[in-house]
Amino acid sequence: MLFASSYPGTPSSEILETIAQYKEIKAEWAPNEKDAFMAAMGAMLAGARAMASMKHVGVNVAADPFLTVTYTGVNGGFVLVTADDPELHSSQNEQDNRHYAKFAKVPMLEPSDSQEAKDFTIKAFEISEAFDTPVMLRTVTRISHSKSPVDLDERAVPDRPVDFVNDRSKYVMLPAYARQRHKVIEERLIKLKVFAETFEGNKVEMKEGSVGIITGGISYQYAKEIFPNASFLKLGMSWPLPEKMIKEFIEKVDKVYVIEELDPFWEENIKAMGFSIDVGKNMVPLCGELSPTILAEIFDPSYQVPEPVYARPIPPRPPNLCAGCPHRAVLYVLKKNKLYVHGDIGCYTLGALPPLQAMNSSFSMGSSIGVCEGASQVLDKDGQSKMVCVIGDSTFLHSGITPLLNMAFNKANATVIILDNWITAMTGAQEHPGTGYTVMGEETTAVDYAELAKALGVAPTNIRKVNPYNIEEFDKVVKEETSKQGTSVIITVDAPCVLLRRSIKAYNEPLYVDEGACTGCRHCLELGCPAILWDVSKAGEYKTKDGKVKKRKGASRIEARLCNGCGLCYQVCQFGAIKGIKAGVPFGFPLNKKKALS
Amino acid sequence: MNNGVTNILVAGVGGQGVILASDIMADTFLEAGHDIKKSEVHGMAQRGGTVSSHVRFGKKVYSPIIKMGEVQYLCMMEKMETLRWLNYCNKSTVILMDDIEVNPPMVNLGEMEYPQDIEEILKNNFKNFHIIPATAIAAEVGTDRAANVVLTGVLSTFLDINEELWLKSLLARLPERLHDLNKKAFLAGRKALLDF
Repeated sequence: MLFASSYPGTPSSEILETIAQYKEIKAEWAPNEKDAFMAAMGAMLAGARAMASMKHVGVNVAADPFLTVTYTGVNGGFVLVTADDPELHSSQNEQDNRHYAKFAKVPMLEPSDSQEAKDFTIKAFEISEAFDTPVMLRTVTRISHSKSPVDLDERAVPDRPVDFVNDRSKYVMLPAYARQRHKVIEERLIKLKVFAETFEGNKVEMKEGSVGIITGGISYQYAKEIFPNASFLKLGMSWPLPEKMIKEFIEKVDKVYVIEELDPFWEENIKAMGFSIDVGKNMVPLCGELSPTILAEIFDPSYQVPEPVYARPIPPRPPNLCAGCPHRAVLYVLKKNKLYVHGDIGCYTLGALPPLQAMNSSFSMGSSIGVCEGASQVLDKDGQSKMVCVIGDSTFLHSGITPLLNMAFNKANATVIILDNWITAMTGAQEHPGTGYTVMGEETTAVDYAELAKALGVAPTNIRKVNPYNIEEFDKVVKEETSKQGTSVIITVDAPCVLLRRSIKAYNEPLYVDEGACTGCRHCLELGCPAILWDVSKAGEYKTKDGKVKKRKGASRIEARLCNGCGLCYQVCQFGAIKGIKAGVPFGFPLNKKKALS
Repeated sequence: MNNGVTNILVAGVGGQGVILASDIMADTFLEAGHDIKKSEVHGMAQRGGTVSSHVRFGKKVYSPIIKMGEVQYLCMMEKMETLRWLNYCNKSTVILMDDIEVNPPMVNLGEMEYPQDIEEILKNNFKNFHIIPATAIAAEVGTDRAANVVLTGVLSTFLDINEELWLKSLLARLPERLHDLNKKAFLAGRKALLDF
């Protein structure tokens, strides 16, 4: 492989981060999955082996070029990695991307451990070049985030020229040419079906038992554990299916089980071949991921999930915005102003949870601005002024630019807040076109969001830059912009992700609560900061500084170990009970500024 | 038991080093000649959520995740989180638990109480339950951040793999400036159960 492109998304991000360590491969973060896909297509077209990797929902973004490059076929080998997320460990849906292979009429390989992930990637490139087709490689979270031993080989790059092949009827998808190509890919699929019969990743393991299990990917590993005596047909190629092999396997066993995670993809296609199946989705769950526990509960009569030892509810531990997170300030102000907030995909989506609960919709990358536009067109003036949308920097560059263009173009009365935290934070700090660095660590241009908004048609007077850590100032700007006519854009400044160590020179000293001044009003707790906690041992009568005796139900306490002195709680406290702020210093953190914008 | 596969579950809260501890374990078992599988859930855990990692080794390991009730060693970096994984244990599971408490949001807000009966429940239900002040031991050695390595040291005393293999995979995962400190933390962990 000579080229790889991707947009970060759990559980796929580590693929490109790992590839970037190989200097002989040109690795890139793209603004979004479609851009990653097109870049890889270009490299393939120029004759190089190329890969685009993304999470399952990213394939939706890349689907437009994908459903046509399947018609053209490839020059260099071309592999699309889809990292699916059954159980939605970190996703907005759990779509089963095996359907894409059938839809796009391309082969899909599905590894069941780390060794196969490596071996099947090589196979995928070989199949791509041998059959003139893009190839999908599908993993699930339990493959992506698992480790098992891998035997490595020497790096091998095919001996082929990196150059274009001039063939207009193959690469220019005019209707007349594409009609011809459609026939070609139907023929290709027939050839791939024949190939599937002998593909070494499709394996039969015969045992004495009466049950025969058709499975693959991670489900194979779970089933092997639960059915030690069953025969197996392990599908390393999820599509197209080896019909003859399946027929022969079914004839040899008494009962046929199809064990697969999520949709009945193999089950339906095997039934469509005319075979009957004894166990499939009639017994195996349709939703969520499978596990040895789930399979044992269904199929092993001797197995019982242990009785709970601890019967009472355990306090949940949902992910939370970090102490000092700049999003907390924004969400707090929006909630205080009782605004309807269209959210997007990123850490700030966590603001939907208590106690902030400052988010009212969130769908897909860029949807915040997209839906806010339409909503603003049907709401009256009052409704428009009570609504905003928030979107992170990386998500804005991914899919927010054209919806903002739509807003300006259609003269929407709406307010967009771009939360610029200088990085793709949620997926673990990846570069994007606004950070000024590439995945290889080289300096590059960085987008100027204000100039971009202006170029998209937003009036310069409606573009505001504000430090969100200054609550009063931020509140004022939000009030002004939501009451204005036209499209407004508020961009947060000087507010990098609190975990981005290259940008934050130092954290501030932790703040503390003055016990004599805390009235127990709980206002600071509404920030949902992990460093602030409610101390009931301070309930009862207490003495204020001026000697008065008052009553309270408890008091707030700041955990010094977790506090980094961002100053939000200091500003929120109406009784001056939070201390430790350095006078004359702006709220937030001392920063290493981004390199000059080019 | 478990077809010759040993099952270890490491869990705690984001930022405590659960993943690193499980990586060190997996490296060591691989180095000792076993088949291994390791699986973790850490999607949004950097934000203070629950983190868990399954480590399995033996002659041949299929599933990367452990069946409920079949964990042999439960290594817990945080007290309350232990309660979430008891369904994965059985009566003879060895439970190694740091005594540190990290409040979840509902407790911080005063809406739920941090469970007070954790030790009692564990003592009454599991005969191989050990509390190890791993964070305190690590702090004594030099940094409380090495609690994960202390706990790995404690676990190592239950398994028949020599100390040198453990140290080799531990140090290979860390930058050189941290070698001395972590070696001390690991060795303190190996002695921890003798001292208490």
